[in-house]
Amino acid sequence: MPLIEAVRLALQTLRVQKLKSFFTLAGVCIGVMFLITVVSIIEGMGRYMKDDLVGKIIAINSFELRRQPNINLGDVDQAEWESWRRRPRLYISDLLPVVEALPEGTRWAQESESGVQVVSRYSRPRSTTAIGVDGDWFAIKKLGLRDGREFTAQELRQGENVAIIGPDMVERAFPGMDPIGRELRVGGVPYRVIGITESRGSAFGISFDNFIIAPWRSPIRKLLNPQPQMIDAIVVQADNQQVLTEAKERVRSVMRTRRALRPNQPDNFSMETSESALEFWNKLEGYLVMAGVALPAIGLVVGAIVIMNIMLVAVAERTREIGIRKALGAKRRDILAQFLVESATLSTVGAMIGIGLGIGLAQTIAALTPLPASVAPWSIVLGVLVGGTVGIVSGVYPASRASRLDPIVALRQE
Amino acid sequence: MSQHTEDAPLNITAERQAVVASAGAAPGREWVIVTRGLKREYDMGGEIVRALRGVDLAVRRNEYVAIMGPSGSGKSTFMNIIGCLDTPNEGEYWLNGQLVSTMRDDELARVRNKEIGFVFQTFNLLPRATALANVELPLVYAGVSASERKERAMAALEAVQLGQRVHHRPNELSGGQRQRVAIARALVNRPSILLADEPTGNLDSQTSEEIMRVFEHLADTGQTVIMVTHEPDIAAHARRVVVLRDGQIASDEKREKFTEKLGLSLPQK
Ligand SMILES: Nc1ncnc2c1ncn2[C@@H]1O[C@H](COP(=O)(O)OP(=O)(O)OP(=O)(O)O)[C@@H](O)[C@H]1O
Ligand SMILES: [Mg+2]
Repeated sequence: MPLIEAVRLALQTLRVQKLKSFFTLAGVCIGVMFLITVVSIIEGMGRYMKDDLVGKIIAINSFELRRQPNINLGDVDQAEWESWRRRPRLYISDLLPVVEALPEGTRWAQESESGVQVVSRYSRPRSTTAIGVDGDWFAIKKLGLRDGREFTAQELRQGENVAIIGPDMVERAFPGMDPIGRELRVGGVPYRVIGITESRGSAFGISFDNFIIAPWRSPIRKLLNPQPQMIDAIVVQADNQQVLTEAKERVRSVMRTRRALRPNQPDNFSMETSESALEFWNKLEGYLVMAGVALPAIGLVVGAIVIMNIMLVAVAERTREIGIRKALGAKRRDILAQFLVESATLSTVGAMIGIGLGIGLAQTIAALTPLPASVAPWSIVLGVLVGGTVGIVSGVYPASRASRLDPIVALRQE
Repeated sequence: MSQHTEDAPLNITAERQAVVASAGAAPGREWVIVTRGLKREYDMGGEIVRALRGVDLAVRRNEYVAIMGPSGSGKSTFMNIIGCLDTPNEGEYWLNGQLVSTMRDDELARVRNKEIGFVFQTFNLLPRATALANVELPLVYAGVSASERKERAMAALEAVQLGQRVHHRPNELSGGQRQRVAIARALVNRPSILLADEPTGNLDSQTSEEIMRVFEHLADTGQTVIMVTHEPDIAAHARRVVVLRDGQIASDEKREKFTEKLGLSLPQK
């Protein structure tokens, strides 16, 4: 019997026995639904980690020279953390030697940041993050301005009291006003707002738009680190990966010399790239996928058992039909195929409904909670395959029982 | 000789006797069915029920045979073996010169599909399928294409005057109509033999006559037919009447002799 025939027969049975089919489908449907949801959320978090979080914090083809890695996704133990705390800080005096060592085709910037209180004449004091910058900071961070202008080279060099604010600061400090040209006080020192950046969005409910940027050499630097000569990071961006590797090696050797490290001593500074920041996520993602697949798998096993039982009942109920088919010339393998296709179809339909519901659930979760979600095409394929496989596996035993029925015994059944 | 000769089937032609007597020899092409010493026993938890105790029968192409006998005499058991739904414990069964009694499952399925059309007392239609779909079933298992299937099933239904009822389900049809669907289904694969186990058993006498006219017509147009019945006046439609008793053939004679014995008149054409 051809396959389409068998599928049509299966769908017909499904239509006739709607309620029973619904219960049969439920297990697989729920299993696949959670599979899709979990995979979508993991995928969404992964995409967010790669494109947004790490991508925004560490620019492409760049590395950040710091005392310790800036992005710690949680796999740092106490001992390592404490060894970082004992490391020497970066000082502004490190900047020039590093910059001089950089090869052709690179840009640099330096930055420091800290939480501060900002005071404006038009609102109560606001908490925000102050960032002191120097070099090609805006270019490297790919942070454009929605209004106003960037710092001039002179402003950066002289450390003038000018500021560029994040979009959140507009409403928070200057409700209903154009902030350009107005004044903000940080640590008692007035700064003139000259620009507003574009939005960097938010993730997990945290906004990336609440900050104020000023030239590092301005008085703001006194608020950013315990000593005003300290800096948080030197950022180096290269035209391509090769130049970046070269730059990293040169900076490493400059820093090791400056710190007077012996060859057998490890680096006492960190040079973080977006790849190294993502390493931990990639590891974590593996575990999450395993857990995310293992839980729905339990649902699928339950679904498989339900389908097997329903199919056994179907075989018992339709013994006479099997007898009739055999009397008319159905071979064992025809009956086997009929019931296998039936359970596979049943289960695949369940899986497809589950995929639809799973996508819906993932979107709902993404909309209602800070968790991101992104439906991976491979998870849809996986869902369908899982459905078909569950159907076939759970159909084997009932189908083979059906196929081995003796025709007259089957025909005698009422 | 012994008592056995006295009880032996009457009026067996010498030719038939020769065919059934030559054990192991393939019968000639004109013999559709030949059984030799067919035995079938059921083990009922220690007690052996001997449903068939050695049945020798030879049926020529184009014959129309009725099988009669009291309840429990083994008629259905015999028909099931002839129809390849069951296999004998002992004996030979040749269908169209092929030894069927030693065939395995899938070969039997093929024979059921291609060589045999079976009509049951209880119709045995698939309740959820239309008349057309029911008639198409044997063609599905024969691997016939969908379009040809439909064409041939329509033709078979028209041949039993059901051209107007093809999309009805069994529960939307009368008993006689259902049995005609079953006959169309039995014939759609052009089997070499049509088997019917009490085809009128569930029908009133008028509908029975209707079905008998269908059989009559089939026999007239060259279809080999074997039918089991309880009723002598139904049996009288056949050209030859075989009577089973206790799993053995008690008599085997032309219907004229049979009707004469019972004082029946031959059915009107
Ligand atoms: N599956 C079975 N298991 C046990 N015994 C059986 C089985 N089928 C038939 N028999 C026995 O075999 C004998 C012949 O049965 P069979 O059905 O062939 O009779 P029949 O001539 O068709 O009777 P009826 O006219 O009532 O249909 C009976 O004694 C019956 O009880
Ligand atoms: Mg019977």
